[in-house]
Amino acid sequence: MKKKVVVIGAGVAGIEAAAHLALMGYDVTILEKGERIGGHVLQWDRLFPTQRPASEIQDYLNQQIRNPNIRLIAQTCLIKNERNNEQFNLELSDGNVLTADAILVSTGFDLFDARIKEEYGYGIYDNVITSCDLEALFSSEKPITNAQGEPPSRVGFIHCVGSRDEKVGNTYCSQVCCVTAVKQAIEVREKLPRSEVFCFYMDMRMFGLRFEELYKESQEKWGVNFIRGRLSEASENLDGSILIKVEDTLAGRPLKMRVGLLVLMVGFVPSKGTLTIGKLLGLDFTPDGFLKPADEYIDGNSSNIPGIYLSGTCKAPKTIPDTLTDGRAAALAISEYLASTS
Amino acid sequence: MPDWGYQIHKDRQIDFDRNDRRLAQYIRKYEPTFKLCISCGACTATCSTGNLTEFYNIRRLNILLMRGEIDEIWSQISKCMFCGKCELVCPRGVSTRKVILLMKEGIQKIKENEQI
Repeated sequence: MKKKVVVIGAGVAGIEAAAHLALMGYDVTILEKGERIGGHVLQWDRLFPTQRPASEIQDYLNQQIRNPNIRLIAQTCLIKNERNNEQFNLELSDGNVLTADAILVSTGFDLFDARIKEEYGYGIYDNVITSCDLEALFSSEKPITNAQGEPPSRVGFIHCVGSRDEKVGNTYCSQVCCVTAVKQAIEVREKLPRSEVFCFYMDMRMFGLRFEELYKESQEKWGVNFIRGRLSEASENLDGSILIKVEDTLAGRPLKMRVGLLVLMVGFVPSKGTLTIGKLLGLDFTPDGFLKPADEYIDGNSSNIPGIYLSGTCKAPKTIPDTLTDGRAAALAISEYLASTS
Repeated sequence: MPDWGYQIHKDRQIDFDRNDRRLAQYIRKYEPTFKLCISCGACTATCSTGNLTEFYNIRRLNILLMRGEIDEIWSQISKCMFCGKCELVCPRGVSTRKVILLMKEGIQKIKENEQI
């Protein structure tokens, strides 16, 4: 009889792992609490560093899931887990019960709720938006305007919103926001050639292949400006524009500037699903609230419980290529485990 | 009236909206590599002028230029000897020597109310 794997979460990592497990001949069931597969990719228009349409990744995932060994159960959550020797009995929110020989947790991340960083004015001032809102605006193909319906003459991007900030309890770097800011800054300049764009950063973390080149291109070709300094507070002018105050740390002097639109680069937080499922299954957490692998160096997909595996951004912030790679790695780890059990 | 020694301090804040950024635009136009500065400070580290005289910091002058703070540039820029070592060490290929030359030229034009 085919061994059964249950994958929790139909995002990038979950689908990629499921596809490879299905190719190896396992019987795979994916549980997804939402209606659609793809996770956060659905919310994005184009991807760094090459401006590739996110829909192409979505198409790839739709293709990957087409395997008769894969069954998708959408709009369903796991509510109870009982272990019976080497098998798991999983009770679902629709009342059904599944058995599994191994579980893969790929419950992902949520975007940081920018309202928590109250001094930045998200949810208070109309012209303060998040990187995700801007992406929705790009997807809509509507012209980029401020809340007053005019194209903003100056756009500010604030890096590290909800990342590297003990005041909101997130000490880690979310990795992808720096390069996303550079990508979005270029897109704003592309769509609004007469606008000025300023990125406010603490460090520019251009770690990936072609990221540094994109950063240079943003300066050279698109004239994007970079100011090193973290926003202290934003306030609204009478005309709805936003006054921001930073220290220009390279000049060693405080600086104030008016922008027509302020974009907050929101970081990763462990998703609500990651917290719920982690607790339900009895998994270990890192101090930041992500799921903790058995060994971060050499066994990044095993959890503290035999038979339960971890993949993707439930463990830490990751780019899409890294998440896909991690999904494939998890599939291999699970197949090795299943081969060793009876 | 007795002089108590009190003075009005100049505001240290850079008021970006009020500042005159014509000089930065002028330099971007005639030396586009200026846009590529990432403020690493290699130029400042190698600069003989900066090592031997006070307050001369080419990395900082670049930043002030981009922010439209030209008074400080004017007071420092004549110290440059145009040796060009800064340009040799720049990892982003900024023609720093040309930038300084254009700074001097541009400031002169602004002071003489010429169009730049």
